[in-house]
Amino acid sequence: MRRYLVRRLAAFVATLFFVSVLVFVVVRVLPGDPALLIMGTEGSPEVAARLREAMGLNRAIPVQYADWLWRALRGDLGVSIQYDVPVARLIVSRLPVTLPLTLLAACLMSVTALPLGLYAATRHRRAGDYVAMVFSQIGIAIPSFWAGLLLILLFSVRLGWVQSGGFEGWSGGLWPGIRSLLLPAIALGLFQAAVLVRATRSAVLDVLREEYVRTARAKGVSEALVLGKHTLRNALVPIVTVAGIQLGQLMAGSIILESVFALPGLGRLALGAITARDLPVVQGVTLFVAACIVLINFAVDIAYVILDPRIRYD
Amino acid sequence: MRRRPLRHLTFALGAAITTLLVVTAALSLVYTPSDPLAMAIAWRFQGPSAAHPFGTDQYGRDVLSRIMRGAVTSIAVGVIAVGLGAAAGIFIGVLSGYTGGWLDEALMRLIDAVQGFPAILSALLFSAVFAPGVAVSMVAIGIAFAPAFARLTRASFLELREREFVVAARALGAGDRRLIARHILPNTLPPLVIQATTSFPVAILAEAALAYLGLGTQPPNPSWGLMLKEAQNFLSLHPLFAVFPGGAIALTVLGLNLLGDGLRDLLDPKTA
Repeated sequence: MRRYLVRRLAAFVATLFFVSVLVFVVVRVLPGDPALLIMGTEGSPEVAARLREAMGLNRAIPVQYADWLWRALRGDLGVSIQYDVPVARLIVSRLPVTLPLTLLAACLMSVTALPLGLYAATRHRRAGDYVAMVFSQIGIAIPSFWAGLLLILLFSVRLGWVQSGGFEGWSGGLWPGIRSLLLPAIALGLFQAAVLVRATRSAVLDVLREEYVRTARAKGVSEALVLGKHTLRNALVPIVTVAGIQLGQLMAGSIILESVFALPGLGRLALGAITARDLPVVQGVTLFVAACIVLINFAVDIAYVILDPRIRYD
Repeated sequence: MRRRPLRHLTFALGAAITTLLVVTAALSLVYTPSDPLAMAIAWRFQGPSAAHPFGTDQYGRDVLSRIMRGAVTSIAVGVIAVGLGAAAGIFIGVLSGYTGGWLDEALMRLIDAVQGFPAILSALLFSAVFAPGVAVSMVAIGIAFAPAFARLTRASFLELREREFVVAARALGAGDRRLIARHILPNTLPPLVIQATTSFPVAILAEAALAYLGLGTQPPNPSWGLMLKEAQNFLSLHPLFAVFPGGAIALTVLGLNLLGDGLRDLLDPKTA
């Protein structure tokens, strides 16, 4: 157990290292001159040379990387060209939108998908199962941003219940903030819920075929207890795996939904930075989100050990 | 075993929708009701009519024609992205599973790292360094698929390289290249083909999302995601404009998923 954790931790650190290398390689090593990129079409060769000097682009690539990594580890992701403030501070300022949106979508996803998947499994190959699977197929096929547009169309344009976008902030209390994130979270969570429904259903079906479930039923354990105690607990490992992947997808998906609903989150920060040729910001956001997803995957690995003590990891 | 009335229906429905998609795309290359790029400002925002069954957009372009041509974009990006992801993933998987040792360990950590980059994230980074465009979306989506292909290939290789027929071939003097290409790789194909089939609709969704964000297909080229981006500006006045391209995406993905599920059901009745 301890050895497993140590190995996973080492793997996690190595993975983070590769994440940083990938981001660095794309920005600095692939053909393209960051100095020219930042200046755009205007600017003389002399200015470009000075900028390169200032950015340390004249040094050897590994030295540049080590320097960049060292500063990133201390939370220094460079300075935004567009806003002239540290990138790290910009990222932190956008988190109160992106994180709650991701988490709210994750809650909606779990609350819909787990019961529905469980229900479908218990009604295997009967009407309820088919209805759940049809819902799931349709949910998977609908792009989240289109779902967002349709929700705006229905609730803002037609019914006028909520405004079509923008973020109220958290200063006015919890409810105004949540209200402005609700529609995007539904659009985001609904699509991912459809995937999780299928995963839950097949995980539960697998466990229901086990002999200990038959034994439990044979000795007269109530169906609720069979499902709640014997089945769900054992089905949780594959479900958590899929849910972990989904959580990463939700974080990436929030980038799209922020665009649909004009929310000032990480995604809109990065998209705006592309138009403004603000490379440090894009680099910082990419590094941050990728690191978060790798962290989630690491957490899922750890969750295995807690959920399933039967598994012995060398 | 209980009879399963929907089994063949799933496959038939999936096959029908997929055929419709492919026929539409092929047809649009030789015939569309109007030129998908031809603007006619006087005819902007027409509702559905005989001349324009799905109406016209903000430049007076025929929406039906643009949706038909958009199918070509979706299929092209989907095929190339899945192809890139499969090629990169299989290459890494072969290297990892066949050699083992520290290289395997390092490549797997690289794959873990790549998994931290969903298509949107790579597309953001590439768009900032190069320029947004259809090539960016193909490569970004392909990268997102590579880990799955790499893991599948590696797992098959780990299992197969110890099997008798491989050991026998090696004993008979087959070199590494021959062992991989002739003996192991062909046996890893079935799971890879299933992976490619299930990846294709995901790629189509990703293409639409990237085009919607302005990171993929660029105007004036027709892409369903891009049409939705344009439609959003006129949502309250012309809601239908947002319905057709989204419906095209949903129908396509639904059809491809049903086809994939149906195929797996028919080929392997034990699962699902």
